[in-house]
Amino acid sequence: MRTLEQTTQEVLDLAAKHFQLPAGSLAPADDFFKKLGIDSLQTLEMLSRIENHFGIELPDYEVQGVSDFRTLAERIQSRL
Amino acid sequence: MKSFAGKTLRWEWREGVIELTLDHAPANEIGSAMLAELEQFVAASGALAPETSVCIISSARKSVFSAGADLRELYRGAAPLPEKERLAGIRNFLERIHVVLNALDAAPFVIIAAVHGVCFGGGLELALACDIIIADKMARFAFPELRLGLIPGFGGIPRLKRDLGNAFVRDLLFTGRTVNATRAQAVGLVAQLAGEGQALRVARSTAAQITKFDAVTRAAAKKFIKPVPHDELRREIDLFCELFARPAVMAALKKFIEDSGPMPYLP
Repeated sequence: MRTLEQTTQEVLDLAAKHFQLPAGSLAPADDFFKKLGIDSLQTLEMLSRIENHFGIELPDYEVQGVSDFRTLAERIQSRL
Repeated sequence: MKSFAGKTLRWEWREGVIELTLDHAPANEIGSAMLAELEQFVAASGALAPETSVCIISSARKSVFSAGADLRELYRGAAPLPEKERLAGIRNFLERIHVVLNALDAAPFVIIAAVHGVCFGGGLELALACDIIIADKMARFAFPELRLGLIPGFGGIPRLKRDLGNAFVRDLLFTGRTVNATRAQAVGLVAQLAGEGQALRVARSTAAQITKFDAVTRAAAKKFIKPVPHDELRREIDLFCELFARPAVMAALKKFIEDSGPMPYLP
Protein backbone atom coordinates (compact mmCIF):
# COMPACT_ATOMS: atom_id res chain seq x y z
CA MET A 1 0.00 0.00 0.00
CA ARG A 2 1.35 3.38 -1.02
CA THR A 3 1.68 6.14 1.55
CA LEU A 4 0.13 9.54 0.85
CA GLU A 5 3.63 10.91 0.30
CA GLN A 6 4.38 8.25 -2.31
CA THR A 7 1.07 8.87 -4.07
CA THR A 8 1.70 12.63 -4.08
CA GLN A 9 5.15 12.15 -5.58
CA GLU A 10 3.81 9.83 -8.28
CA VAL A 11 1.15 12.41 -9.20
CA LEU A 12 3.79 15.14 -9.41
CA ASP A 13 5.97 12.91 -11.61
CA LEU A 14 3.01 12.02 -13.86
CA ALA A 15 2.03 15.67 -14.29
CA ALA A 16 5.60 16.75 -14.99
CA LYS A 17 5.99 14.01 -17.61
CA HIS A 18 2.59 14.65 -19.21
CA PHE A 19 3.18 18.39 -19.51
CA GLN A 20 6.87 17.94 -20.36
CA LEU A 21 8.21 19.85 -17.38
CA PRO A 22 11.54 19.21 -15.64
CA ALA A 23 11.35 16.65 -12.82
CA GLY A 24 11.05 18.44 -9.48
CA SER A 25 9.49 21.55 -10.96
CA LEU A 26 6.11 20.89 -9.32
CA ALA A 27 5.32 20.90 -5.59
CA PRO A 28 2.47 19.32 -3.55
CA ALA A 29 0.89 22.69 -2.70
CA ASP A 30 0.95 24.00 -6.27
CA ASP A 31 -2.34 25.04 -7.85
CA PHE A 32 -2.15 22.92 -11.00
CA PHE A 33 -4.66 24.99 -12.96
CA LYS A 34 -2.57 28.12 -12.41
CA LYS A 35 0.83 26.46 -12.60
CA LEU A 36 0.09 24.38 -15.71
CA GLY A 37 -2.55 26.62 -17.30
CA ILE A 38 -4.58 23.59 -18.35
CA ASP A 39 -7.96 23.63 -20.10
CA SER A 40 -10.87 21.21 -19.84
CA LEU A 41 -9.49 18.71 -22.38
CA GLN A 42 -6.09 18.66 -20.67
CA THR A 43 -7.82 18.15 -17.30
CA LEU A 44 -9.53 15.05 -18.70
CA GLU A 45 -6.27 13.79 -20.19
CA MET A 46 -4.62 14.13 -16.79
CA LEU A 47 -7.52 12.32 -15.14
CA SER A 48 -7.11 9.42 -17.62
CA ARG A 49 -3.37 9.42 -17.01
CA ILE A 50 -3.92 9.19 -13.25
CA GLU A 51 -6.59 6.47 -13.49
CA ASN A 52 -4.48 4.37 -15.87
CA HIS A 53 -1.36 4.74 -13.70
CA PHE A 54 -3.03 3.88 -10.39
CA GLY A 55 -5.54 1.39 -11.84
CA ILE A 56 -8.47 3.20 -10.23
CA GLU A 57 -11.58 5.15 -11.18
CA LEU A 58 -11.67 8.70 -9.86
CA PRO A 59 -15.13 10.17 -10.52
CA ASP A 60 -14.98 13.76 -11.74
CA TYR A 61 -17.25 14.95 -8.94
CA GLU A 62 -14.71 13.78 -6.35
CA VAL A 63 -12.02 16.03 -7.81
CA GLN A 64 -14.30 18.94 -8.64
CA GLY A 65 -12.97 21.98 -6.79
CA VAL A 66 -9.61 20.32 -6.13
CA SER A 67 -6.76 22.45 -7.41
CA ASP A 68 -3.59 21.33 -5.61
CA PHE A 69 -1.59 18.13 -6.01
CA ARG A 70 -1.66 17.23 -2.31
CA THR A 71 -5.48 17.21 -2.12
CA LEU A 72 -5.66 15.38 -5.44
CA ALA A 73 -3.33 12.72 -4.02
CA GLU A 74 -5.63 12.37 -0.98
CA ARG A 75 -8.59 11.74 -3.29
CA ILE A 76 -6.55 9.12 -5.18
CA GLN A 77 -5.42 7.53 -1.92
CA SER A 78 -9.05 7.02 -0.87
CA ARG A 79 -9.58 4.90 -4.00
CA LEU A 80 -6.46 2.71 -3.71
CA MET B 1 -19.41 9.76 -54.65
CA LYS B 2 -16.33 7.88 -53.41
CA SER B 3 -14.70 10.78 -51.64
CA PHE B 4 -15.82 14.03 -50.10
CA ALA B 5 -14.18 16.87 -48.19
CA GLY B 6 -16.58 19.19 -46.39
CA LYS B 7 -16.36 21.84 -43.71
CA THR B 8 -16.78 19.47 -40.78
CA LEU B 9 -15.87 16.01 -42.06
CA ARG B 10 -14.46 14.07 -45.00
CA TRP B 11 -14.69 10.54 -46.30
CA GLU B 12 -12.94 8.30 -48.73
CA TRP B 13 -13.91 4.86 -50.09
CA ARG B 14 -11.07 2.47 -50.86
CA GLU B 15 -11.23 -1.27 -51.52
CA GLY B 16 -14.48 -1.85 -49.68
CA VAL B 17 -13.70 0.38 -46.68
CA ILE B 18 -15.03 3.90 -46.12
CA GLU B 19 -13.06 6.09 -43.75
CA LEU B 20 -15.15 8.93 -42.37
CA THR B 21 -13.07 11.52 -40.52
CA LEU B 22 -14.65 14.15 -38.28
CA ASP B 23 -12.67 17.38 -38.40
CA HIS B 24 -14.59 20.33 -37.05
CA ALA B 25 -12.89 22.79 -34.66
CA PRO B 26 -12.72 22.91 -31.79
CA ALA B 27 -14.11 19.57 -30.63
CA ASN B 28 -16.22 18.03 -33.41
CA GLU B 29 -19.42 19.46 -31.98
CA ILE B 30 -22.48 18.20 -33.83
CA GLY B 31 -24.42 21.23 -35.00
CA SER B 32 -26.25 22.14 -38.18
CA ALA B 33 -23.12 22.10 -40.39
CA MET B 34 -21.99 18.64 -39.30
CA LEU B 35 -25.55 17.31 -39.41
CA ALA B 36 -25.93 18.44 -43.04
CA GLU B 37 -22.67 16.71 -43.99
CA LEU B 38 -23.61 13.56 -42.08
CA GLU B 39 -26.84 13.53 -44.10
CA GLN B 40 -24.76 13.75 -47.28
CA PHE B 41 -22.61 10.90 -46.02
CA VAL B 42 -25.62 8.69 -45.29
CA ALA B 43 -26.94 9.29 -48.81
CA ALA B 44 -23.54 8.51 -50.36
CA SER B 45 -22.92 5.45 -48.17
CA GLY B 46 -26.30 4.04 -49.20
CA ALA B 47 -25.15 4.13 -52.82
CA LEU B 48 -21.76 2.64 -51.88
CA ALA B 49 -23.25 -0.07 -49.66
CA PRO B 50 -23.18 -2.92 -52.23
CA GLU B 51 -19.42 -2.56 -52.55
CA THR B 52 -18.66 -1.66 -48.92
CA SER B 53 -17.73 -4.04 -46.10
CA VAL B 54 -16.70 -1.63 -43.36
CA CYS B 55 -16.86 2.04 -42.44
CA ILE B 56 -14.46 3.50 -39.90
CA ILE B 57 -15.45 6.71 -38.13
CA SER B 58 -12.62 8.60 -36.46
CA SER B 59 -11.57 12.11 -35.55
CA ALA B 60 -8.75 14.29 -36.82
CA ARG B 61 -9.02 16.59 -33.79
CA LYS B 62 -6.47 16.31 -30.98
CA SER B 63 -7.77 14.84 -27.71
CA VAL B 64 -11.37 14.50 -28.88
CA PHE B 65 -13.61 12.14 -30.86
CA SER B 66 -16.62 14.43 -30.39
CA ALA B 67 -17.69 16.61 -27.48
CA GLY B 68 -21.34 16.11 -28.53
CA ALA B 69 -24.07 18.46 -29.66
CA ASP B 70 -23.07 22.04 -30.46
CA LEU B 71 -24.60 23.63 -27.37
CA ARG B 72 -23.38 27.10 -28.26
CA GLU B 73 -25.17 26.99 -31.60
CA LEU B 74 -28.21 25.47 -29.90
CA TYR B 75 -28.42 28.22 -27.29
CA ARG B 76 -27.72 31.11 -29.67
CA GLY B 77 -30.25 29.78 -32.16
CA ALA B 78 -32.95 29.03 -29.60
CA ALA B 79 -32.66 31.94 -27.15
CA PRO B 80 -34.20 34.69 -29.35
CA LEU B 81 -37.11 32.52 -30.50
CA PRO B 82 -40.61 32.29 -29.00
CA GLU B 83 -41.16 28.97 -27.19
CA LYS B 84 -43.25 27.40 -29.94
CA GLU B 85 -40.65 28.07 -32.64
CA ARG B 86 -37.84 27.02 -30.30
CA LEU B 87 -39.47 23.63 -29.75
CA ALA B 88 -40.22 23.17 -33.44
CA GLY B 89 -36.58 23.89 -34.24
CA ILE B 90 -35.19 21.45 -31.72
CA ARG B 91 -37.64 18.74 -32.79
CA ASN B 92 -36.66 19.20 -36.41
CA PHE B 93 -32.96 18.88 -35.54
CA LEU B 94 -33.61 15.74 -33.48
CA GLU B 95 -35.71 14.14 -36.21
CA ARG B 96 -32.91 14.73 -38.72
CA ILE B 97 -30.08 13.41 -36.51
CA HIS B 98 -32.20 10.36 -35.67
CA VAL B 99 -32.62 9.61 -39.39
CA VAL B 100 -28.83 9.77 -39.77
CA LEU B 101 -28.02 7.62 -36.74
CA ASN B 102 -30.77 5.09 -37.50
CA ALA B 103 -29.33 4.73 -41.00
CA LEU B 104 -25.84 4.13 -39.62
CA ASP B 105 -27.21 1.74 -37.00
CA ALA B 106 -28.94 -0.35 -39.68
CA ALA B 107 -26.36 -0.02 -42.47
CA PRO B 108 -25.64 -3.34 -44.21
CA PHE B 109 -21.91 -2.93 -43.64
CA VAL B 110 -20.03 -2.91 -40.32
CA ILE B 111 -19.25 0.45 -38.75
CA ILE B 112 -16.31 0.87 -36.41
CA ALA B 113 -15.90 3.92 -34.19
CA ALA B 114 -12.18 4.52 -33.60
CA VAL B 115 -12.31 6.70 -30.50
CA HIS B 116 -9.62 8.75 -28.84
CA GLY B 117 -10.00 11.46 -26.21
CA VAL B 118 -13.36 12.95 -25.31
CA CYS B 119 -16.46 11.07 -26.46
CA PHE B 120 -19.34 12.84 -24.73
CA GLY B 121 -23.06 13.24 -25.22
CA GLY B 122 -23.91 13.32 -28.93
CA GLY B 123 -20.40 12.04 -29.70
CA LEU B 124 -21.08 8.96 -27.60
CA GLU B 125 -24.47 8.62 -29.29
CA LEU B 126 -22.73 8.60 -32.67
CA ALA B 127 -20.34 5.91 -31.42
CA LEU B 128 -23.28 3.88 -30.05
CA ALA B 129 -24.89 3.79 -33.50
CA CYS B 130 -21.73 2.03 -34.71
CA ASP B 131 -21.22 -1.73 -34.40
CA ILE B 132 -17.81 -1.85 -32.77
CA ILE B 133 -16.08 0.75 -30.61
CA ILE B 134 -12.30 0.62 -30.55
CA ALA B 135 -10.92 3.02 -27.96
CA ASP B 136 -7.53 4.53 -27.30
CA LYS B 137 -6.70 3.96 -23.63
CA MET B 138 -6.92 7.74 -23.06
CA ALA B 139 -10.53 7.90 -24.32
CA ARG B 140 -13.27 9.07 -21.94
CA PHE B 141 -17.02 8.61 -22.23
CA ALA B 142 -19.89 10.53 -20.63
CA PHE B 143 -23.53 11.48 -20.85
CA PRO B 144 -23.50 14.87 -19.09
CA GLU B 145 -26.95 15.97 -20.35
CA LEU B 146 -28.72 15.80 -17.00
CA ARG B 147 -26.64 18.75 -15.79
CA LEU B 148 -28.59 20.83 -18.31
CA GLY B 149 -31.93 19.42 -17.23
CA LEU B 150 -32.08 17.23 -20.34
CA ILE B 151 -31.63 13.64 -21.38
CA PRO B 152 -29.43 12.54 -24.28
CA GLY B 153 -31.40 13.32 -27.44
CA PHE B 154 -29.59 11.52 -30.26
CA GLY B 155 -30.71 8.02 -29.29
CA GLY B 156 -28.27 7.50 -26.43
CA ILE B 157 -30.43 5.84 -23.81
CA PRO B 158 -32.24 3.34 -26.07
CA ARG B 159 -28.97 2.30 -27.71
CA LEU B 160 -27.00 2.09 -24.46
CA LYS B 161 -29.82 0.04 -22.91
CA ARG B 162 -29.82 -2.23 -25.94
CA ASP B 163 -26.11 -2.92 -25.64
CA LEU B 164 -25.37 -2.73 -21.90
CA GLY B 165 -26.78 -3.30 -18.44
CA ASN B 166 -29.25 -0.74 -17.19
CA ALA B 167 -27.19 -0.20 -14.01
CA PHE B 168 -24.30 1.28 -15.98
CA VAL B 169 -26.72 3.45 -17.96
CA ARG B 170 -28.06 4.90 -14.71
CA ASP B 171 -24.55 5.44 -13.32
CA LEU B 172 -23.58 7.44 -16.41
CA LEU B 173 -26.81 9.43 -16.54
CA PHE B 174 -27.39 10.21 -12.88
CA THR B 175 -23.79 11.21 -12.08
CA GLY B 176 -22.81 12.80 -15.41
CA ARG B 177 -19.33 11.47 -14.66
CA THR B 178 -16.77 10.53 -17.27
CA VAL B 179 -15.52 6.96 -17.47
CA ASN B 180 -12.21 5.84 -18.88
CA ALA B 181 -11.66 3.35 -21.69
CA THR B 182 -10.72 0.49 -19.37
CA ARG B 183 -13.97 0.81 -17.45
CA ALA B 184 -15.90 1.22 -20.71
CA GLN B 185 -14.40 -2.02 -21.97
CA ALA B 186 -15.16 -3.81 -18.69
CA VAL B 187 -18.88 -2.99 -19.01
CA GLY B 188 -18.97 -3.93 -22.71
CA LEU B 189 -19.23 -0.48 -24.27
CA VAL B 190 -15.77 -0.72 -25.82
CA ALA B 191 -14.95 -3.82 -27.85
CA GLN B 192 -11.20 -3.37 -28.13
CA LEU B 193 -8.63 -1.23 -26.34
CA ALA B 194 -5.79 0.38 -28.28
CA GLY B 195 -2.61 2.05 -27.09
CA GLU B 196 -2.30 5.82 -27.14
CA GLY B 197 -2.71 7.11 -30.69
CA GLN B 198 -3.37 3.61 -32.04
CA ALA B 199 -7.18 3.41 -32.28
CA LEU B 200 -7.31 4.10 -36.02
CA ARG B 201 -4.53 1.60 -36.76
CA VAL B 202 -6.36 -1.08 -34.75
CA ALA B 203 -9.64 -0.17 -36.49
CA ARG B 204 -8.00 -0.60 -39.93
CA SER B 205 -6.60 -3.97 -38.91
CA THR B 206 -10.06 -5.04 -37.65
CA ALA B 207 -11.66 -3.79 -40.87
CA ALA B 208 -9.22 -5.86 -42.92
CA GLN B 209 -10.36 -8.98 -41.04
CA ILE B 210 -14.07 -8.14 -41.39
CA THR B 211 -13.82 -7.72 -45.16
CA LYS B 212 -12.84 -11.41 -45.48
CA PHE B 213 -16.34 -12.62 -44.55
CA ASP B 214 -19.35 -13.09 -46.80
CA ALA B 215 -21.26 -9.81 -47.22
CA VAL B 216 -24.77 -11.31 -47.22
CA THR B 217 -24.14 -13.29 -44.02
CA ARG B 218 -22.53 -10.29 -42.35
CA ALA B 219 -25.50 -8.05 -43.14
CA ALA B 220 -28.00 -10.70 -42.00
CA ALA B 221 -26.10 -11.26 -38.76
CA LYS B 222 -26.02 -7.53 -38.04
CA LYS B 223 -29.75 -7.16 -38.64
CA PHE B 224 -30.45 -10.15 -36.36
CA ILE B 225 -28.09 -9.09 -33.52
CA LYS B 226 -28.71 -5.34 -33.53
CA PRO B 227 -32.35 -4.36 -34.02
CA VAL B 228 -32.91 -0.59 -34.05
CA PRO B 229 -35.10 0.32 -31.01
CA HIS B 230 -37.46 2.54 -33.04
CA ASP B 231 -40.27 2.82 -30.46
CA GLU B 232 -37.94 3.94 -27.65
CA LEU B 233 -36.14 6.31 -30.01
CA ARG B 234 -39.48 7.99 -30.83
CA ARG B 235 -40.30 8.31 -27.13
CA GLU B 236 -36.86 9.78 -26.48
CA ILE B 237 -37.51 12.62 -28.93
CA ASP B 238 -40.86 13.38 -27.25
CA LEU B 239 -39.36 13.34 -23.75
CA PHE B 240 -36.40 15.49 -24.82
CA CYS B 241 -38.76 18.11 -26.30
CA GLU B 242 -40.95 18.02 -23.20
CA LEU B 243 -37.92 18.67 -20.97
CA PHE B 244 -36.49 21.26 -23.36
CA ALA B 245 -39.62 23.39 -22.95
CA ARG B 246 -38.75 24.20 -19.34
CA PRO B 247 -37.12 27.62 -18.69
CA ALA B 248 -34.46 25.96 -16.49
CA VAL B 249 -32.93 24.36 -19.58
CA MET B 250 -32.22 27.65 -21.33
CA ALA B 251 -30.73 28.99 -18.08
CA ALA B 252 -28.48 25.91 -17.80
CA LEU B 253 -27.40 26.22 -21.44
CA LYS B 254 -26.53 29.88 -20.89
CA LYS B 255 -24.48 28.97 -17.82
CA PHE B 256 -22.68 26.23 -19.75
CA ILE B 257 -21.65 28.36 -22.71
CA GLU B 258 -20.36 31.07 -20.39
CA ASP B 259 -18.30 28.57 -18.35
CA SER B 260 -14.62 28.38 -19.26
CA GLY B 261 -13.68 26.28 -16.22
CA PRO B 262 -11.80 22.98 -16.31
CA MET B 263 -14.93 20.85 -15.85
CA PRO B 264 -17.74 22.66 -17.70
CA TYR B 265 -19.60 19.39 -18.24
CA LEU B 266 -20.36 19.19 -14.51
CA PRO B 267 -22.73 21.51 -12.60
